[in-house]
Formats: sequence, C-alpha cells, structure tokens
Amino acid sequence: MSKKTKVLMFGWEFPPEISGGLGTACYGLVSGLIENNVDVLFVVPKLFGKEDTQKFRLVNAMETEVDFGSEKFRKNIQKAQHLQINSNILPYVSPEEYEKPTQFSFDKISEYGENFKTKFSFNGGYGKDLLEEVSKYALVAMQIAADNDFDIIHAHDWLTYPAAIMAKEISGKPLVVHVHATEFDRSGEHVNQAVYDMERRGVHAADRVICVSRLTRRIVINRYGVDPSKVFVVHNAVEPREKKVYPEKALKDKKIVTFLGRITFQKGPDYFVEAAKKVLEKMPDVHFVMAGKGDMYLGLVERVAQLKISNRFHFTGFLNHFETNNLYGMSDIYIMPSVSEPFGITPLEAMRTGVPVIISKQSGVSEVLENAIKIDFWDVDALANCIIGLLEYPELAKKLAEEGAKEVENMKWEYSALRINEVYNDVLYK
Amino acid sequence: MQNICLYFQVHQPMRLKPYRFFNIGSEHNYFDDQSNREILNKVAQKCYLPTNALLLKMIKQNPQFKVSFSLSGIVIDQLELYQPEVIESFKLLAKTGNVEFLAETYAHSLASVKSFDEFKYQVELHSAKIQELFNQKPTTFRNTELIYADYIAQWVQKLGFKTILTEGADKFLQWQSPNFLYKSEAAPSLNLLLKNYRLSDDIAFRFSDKNWSEAPLNAEKYNTWLNNIDSSHQIVNLFMDYETFGEHQWEDTGIFEFLETLPQLVIESNKFTFITPSEAEINHTAVNNLSIPYTISWADSERDLSAWLGNPYQNDTFDKLYSLEEKMKLVSDEKLKKDWLYLQTSDHFYYMCTKHYDDGAVHKYFNPFGNPFDAYIVFTNVLTDFENRINEHLKIEAQPIADISGCINHFKNFLPKGYTI
Repeated sequence: MSKKTKVLMFGWEFPPEISGGLGTACYGLVSGLIENNVDVLFVVPKLFGKEDTQKFRLVNAMETEVDFGSEKFRKNIQKAQHLQINSNILPYVSPEEYEKPTQFSFDKISEYGENFKTKFSFNGGYGKDLLEEVSKYALVAMQIAADNDFDIIHAHDWLTYPAAIMAKEISGKPLVVHVHATEFDRSGEHVNQAVYDMERRGVHAADRVICVSRLTRRIVINRYGVDPSKVFVVHNAVEPREKKVYPEKALKDKKIVTFLGRITFQKGPDYFVEAAKKVLEKMPDVHFVMAGKGDMYLGLVERVAQLKISNRFHFTGFLNHFETNNLYGMSDIYIMPSVSEPFGITPLEAMRTGVPVIISKQSGVSEVLENAIKIDFWDVDALANCIIGLLEYPELAKKLAEEGAKEVENMKWEYSALRINEVYNDVLYK
Repeated sequence: MQNICLYFQVHQPMRLKPYRFFNIGSEHNYFDDQSNREILNKVAQKCYLPTNALLLKMIKQNPQFKVSFSLSGIVIDQLELYQPEVIESFKLLAKTGNVEFLAETYAHSLASVKSFDEFKYQVELHSAKIQELFNQKPTTFRNTELIYADYIAQWVQKLGFKTILTEGADKFLQWQSPNFLYKSEAAPSLNLLLKNYRLSDDIAFRFSDKNWSEAPLNAEKYNTWLNNIDSSHQIVNLFMDYETFGEHQWEDTGIFEFLETLPQLVIESNKFTFITPSEAEINHTAVNNLSIPYTISWADSERDLSAWLGNPYQNDTFDKLYSLEEKMKLVSDEKLKKDWLYLQTSDHFYYMCTKHYDDGAVHKYFNPFGNPFDAYIVFTNVLTDFENRINEHLKIEAQPIADISGCINHFKNFLPKGYTI
C-alpha cells in the first residue's frame, strides 16, 4: 500500500506514568504500528513530561484549547448529551470573556458567546473524578478531531469511548474500539451500570471491535450484543527483555513465589494467599511475595496474619518499573490466578525474564501460551500442588522457563500491530 | 503519717525504619537511627534534662522530698549513645539518697506474658545495669506497662524482689481503694503498690485539657484534693510517664511550676510525707491480700493487654518472635542478642493496634508508621531477616519437606504438552 494510514488514537495513560496493563499495551501497540509504517497520533488526558516524544506523536488533551464558538461544536454538543457525560464541569482556564461562567454547562453553551474558548484540567489516572474526566476528555476530543488529519479513529477501553465517539461525529471517520477489559472482568456480576453503558455505546458505535482474546470476544458478543462479524481478536505481546543486571536476590537461597498486580477481585489474589498456606504446610521454607495495592489489600494482610504465615508471606506495596523487574529477576515461580483476565501481560514479562509461570485458565493469555501451567483460578489445591511440583522438580521448572522465554520472544508487538493494520484496512478499503 | 509515692517511667523505644521486602537479606540494621536520635535529643532537651535539674534542686531544698524512677534498658542504651549527660544527671539524683531506681525488663518487653526464662534474663540484665550506673540494687519491680497477674507476682518474688507496682484497676479492686498497701495472694511476701489512676492521670493526661471540668489545674487545687483524702488511707501512688513533664505536657502549660510547687504545699500541709516504693512496708502493714488471676495493665480504658496483643497482627508477630527464643539461647553473637532485645520492646506491638475508639488517638500519636498495617508488614520483614540471620549463625539447615507424593500425582495432571516428570 502506498498511502500511509493515519490513526487518531485515544488512550488514557502512556508510559512511564502508568498504573496498569493498559498503558503498557498502548505503548507496545503504537510502537508496533510505527514499525508497520502506520502514522499514529496518540492522545492522552495528561502528559507527565517523561514520555518519549521523539519516537511518539503525543497529544496532551490538557494543553488543547477548545473553541466552543464554532457552529459545528455546538451542534455536536447536543449529541454529547446523549452520551450521558456530565453536563456540568469546571473549565480549567477561565475564558477571556467579560462574563466568564464559573461552571461550564452544555445547556448554556449558546449563552457563552462567539469567542468562548477554554482548556480543561486532568489529573490522569483513576481518581474519584474519573467520570468527570471522561466527560472533559470527550469535549477536548472534538477539537483534536477538528484540528488533525486522519483516516481512522482507534480508542482503548471505555474511558476513551465518549471521546472517540465525539471525534467520529466531528470527522465522520470510521471508529475502531479496542477492548482490553470489560466491566464484567473488573467487577464480576456486580457491574457499574454507568461504565457498562459507556462500554456498550462504544462497541456499538464502532465500525470494528478488537478484543485482546477470544475470551473477551465472547464477552463482547454475548454480554454487549455486538454483531460477531465486526469483532476481531488481536492478542497482546510483550516488549523484549531489558538488558539489565538484577541485583542480589533478597532471601538469597530461598525459593520465591510471586504475585504481581492490582490486589482486586479480578486478579484473584485471595487464591494466591490460600495456596501459600497449603504449600507452607508441606514446604515450610518457601517465601511468597505479593506486589501491588488494591481494595482487597488490607483484608489479605489480615488473612495472612490469621493464617500466621507472615514470616513467609511478604507484601511489597506498589512497585515502580525498576523494582518490578527486580522482583521478576528474583522469583522462582510467577502466579497469575486471575478470576477473569481479558489478556494478562504480566506472565509474559515473567517468562521473558526466565521465570516459569502458573496462570489461570480464565485468562486470555492462556489461549496463546504453550509453556505455562494452567489451572482454574478457584482450584487452590491445584495451584498449591503445581507450586510444590515446580519447586520439587527444578529441571522441569528450568525447561519450562527456557522454553517459555523462547516462546514469548516470538510474541512481538510488531505482529499484533500487523493484525491491527489488517483490521484498519478491512474497514478502510473493503 | 500518710505517704505519697511518686514514680516516673522513663522509656523510648528503638523505632524500626521502613524496612521493605527488598531489604531482607542485605540490610541488617533494622532501626531508624536518625529518627531515634532526633526524638531522644528532643525529649532530653524538653524533659529529661530540665526535669532532672528541677528535681535535684527540690531535693536539695527539701530533704523530705523523694521520687522513684524506672529507666528501661532501651532508653539507657540510647542515652549512653546520644545523651550521656542525661545519665550523669540521673547519677546526681541517685547520689542524693532520695531517689529509688526500680527494676524492669531490659527491653521494656512483654516477656512476662510468654516466658519465665526470657523474663528472668531481661530483669537480671536490667538490675545489673542499674547497679552499675547508680550503685543501687533494685528491690522493687515494675513490669512493662504495669502488666500484672498472680503468676507474674510469683515470678517476681522468685527473683528476690520485695515490692511490685501495678495498676489500681477498678475491675479487680471494686470497692477497695488503691490507697493502701496490699500483699499478693499468690506471692505472700510481695508488697503490692497500686497506682491511683485518677489522681495520676489528672496530671499525666488531663493537666492541660481545656475541656476538662477541673481545668485549669494548679498545685493548690491538687493539694486540696490530696488533703481531702480520708486519713485512714495509707499511701497515694502517683505513677506516670516521665515525659509528662515538658514533652506530653509542654512547658507553657505550667507543668514545671506545678511539679515544683506541689511538693512544697504537701510538706507544708503536714498530712503526707514522700516515700519511695521500698519504704512502704516500713511505714505500713498490708491491709489485705489481693488475687488477680487475669492479666492487667495501665493502658487504655480496658486496662488489659489488648493494646499489644489484641488483634491477629499482634498475635501473629508476637508468636513468631518468641518462636525464636529457644534458638536465641544458643546464640553467642552480640549483635543478634542486642537485636533480639530491641525487637521485643512492647512499642512495636503497640504500633499494630487497630482499636478505633478513644484510645486509637493515643496510639496514632505514638505510631511512627501512621497505620497499624504498615507497622505489621515492616515488623514481619524485619523478623524474616532476623530469623535467617539466626539460622545462618547457628548453621541450621532448611526445614524438612513433608510427604508430597500426593501433591506430585496431582501436579502431573497439569503438565503442559510435551512435559513429563
């Protein structure tokens, strides 16, 4: 193809300032698309200043001034109300106007006069103002869509769907939404209705839907009622291992079994704790590490105290990038017992470091991995016995680690991006 | 003649640094030296030095005035390191002959709840230190946080002490007053001095409380209360943290004026004389034998152990710590022995307290970690490293693995394609 495809992409976070897998995946995908000769303009609510602006074309929504004087915007604002995004939000920079409104309101947009321009502030991340930030992001998206030239819109997860829909309304360009997780993964059956509604609107407004696994594709089709013919699967990948010397292992000669992720229902951290107790009954010198924070954290700290295994079970809190790699480097087994995991990049990160992994069958990544032990998340006995087995048979663990490292070496973002480009071409040229 | 017995507790813990999982195996200094030094220096300037100077002056002016102290081994170690002049000022007080130094567990520990051997070791270590510094052999014992029960009385009697201090808790005293000399039912030769918690806490906790109905408190008012005490009562035991003077109650509350004036007024009133704990039995005959079968303390509204051993975090770490006791008896390494002592200090468990009513505020004030969960996690990390060091030192091999044949059979079902055992 001679013409370079231009993508306007909406994300919520971008490395190095990330709090979960979404930022990591976006980084990998955009890198892969660039290698596939795709031109990506990546929008985030807030840039923190440490991003690689040489390699990536990044747009900081916070720095974008939105011109509400334009007729086109006013018309689309009406549509925005159907997105149920907040109707009253505070502007960041006060408008130049004499009668500056203290609150911005969709309903009053016609009263603000011809030259009403403003920026919006964002905290980024996932704070308590999340829904308001999602709304503001959608307003800024209109301006960004009007200011830039692109062929297709690509949006990552529900936080960006209202923004992407607005961009589609303004530009008329096709929309691809990328489902990294659904509300059913995050919350089980206790879904947040507002979030579900936004997800549903996003996948229905989209011309194509990309899911990170077949597992997620099934959820999108069954739970969101999307036409299967427009839903595609593109598995995630992992960046190559960083060439780094890992410092001396904490606990030296002791065996270390690791959990790393948000300590929330979705990740199944409680099964890890119960399995640890069972392993320690047989193998009293194994150490368990739980890295991360989340709403189940304090409950699990108490559980560890009740089980009286605190001399073998260690909480590290939230780890930075360096500490995360450090922890992988000293781990003997990595566990991902997720209850519902659309994909799950962390086992790949562990594997590229040469750590054998045990993952739940309820994860997207289990669809693609061969050199991993797979268990049902709820089967604590199986989890415990697989840990015991891998520790008892170090040669087996070593083979799993070596073959696993080779396997993930071939899981490149470049290949994922190739598949995404096929989806783009499908919608653009079919 | 009726008596007043003043006793001040002097203690500062060796607080732990925010020791993380990644420190295990490489970092063996567990204590926050900088913060411990800063706090000790601050307390020395605000309380220990000025109050010692004031007491010395008062004793010289009024040879009838007497006080008693208990200095934990942990605070002595820190004073020797950072504030030796405070030790010197205590020595000057000792030389007056009007000051009694009491015995306690060296580590200000909860060993009395767990182990006679460790308790004995620490009490003897502490008594030797007191003898070395102040040339007094302690004959009165005060346990950490005034923790007391019948069996502890027996232990203390066995170690040769004549008198023990504890809390005058309502829940066992009931209709009886703390203002009498008692004997222990379980250890009949042991004298029991009970803290008059109301009059003690009026000074220690309520002195500067503006919302208190008796505010502002001054020496005249307090002396009136003392003078109103029934003349049949033998002894009023005022026990409190020494840090009350200048640290918990700041200088600008007038606490030093209070301390200086009150004894003069008491002596002028000619109703009470000051004694130290070991003199109580000379002046009085015990009125009753008391039995306290359960453990009491001077802390929180419950007056029990729940501030230190009341939740899973505390119980877990406490058991883990003392599971190392038998191994520690074999350890010769001085650094390990010192860490063993310092880790036993009751404050580490106090920081893990999760009680959330009134007492929670006090706990928070004293907690360097801000919350009990972090305090717990830090302590478990430290304990893991400490246990590893002991095992290395004693060349203890890894613990044996149980029979896992069933586990392995189960494991075989989960091997990926192409893998066999």
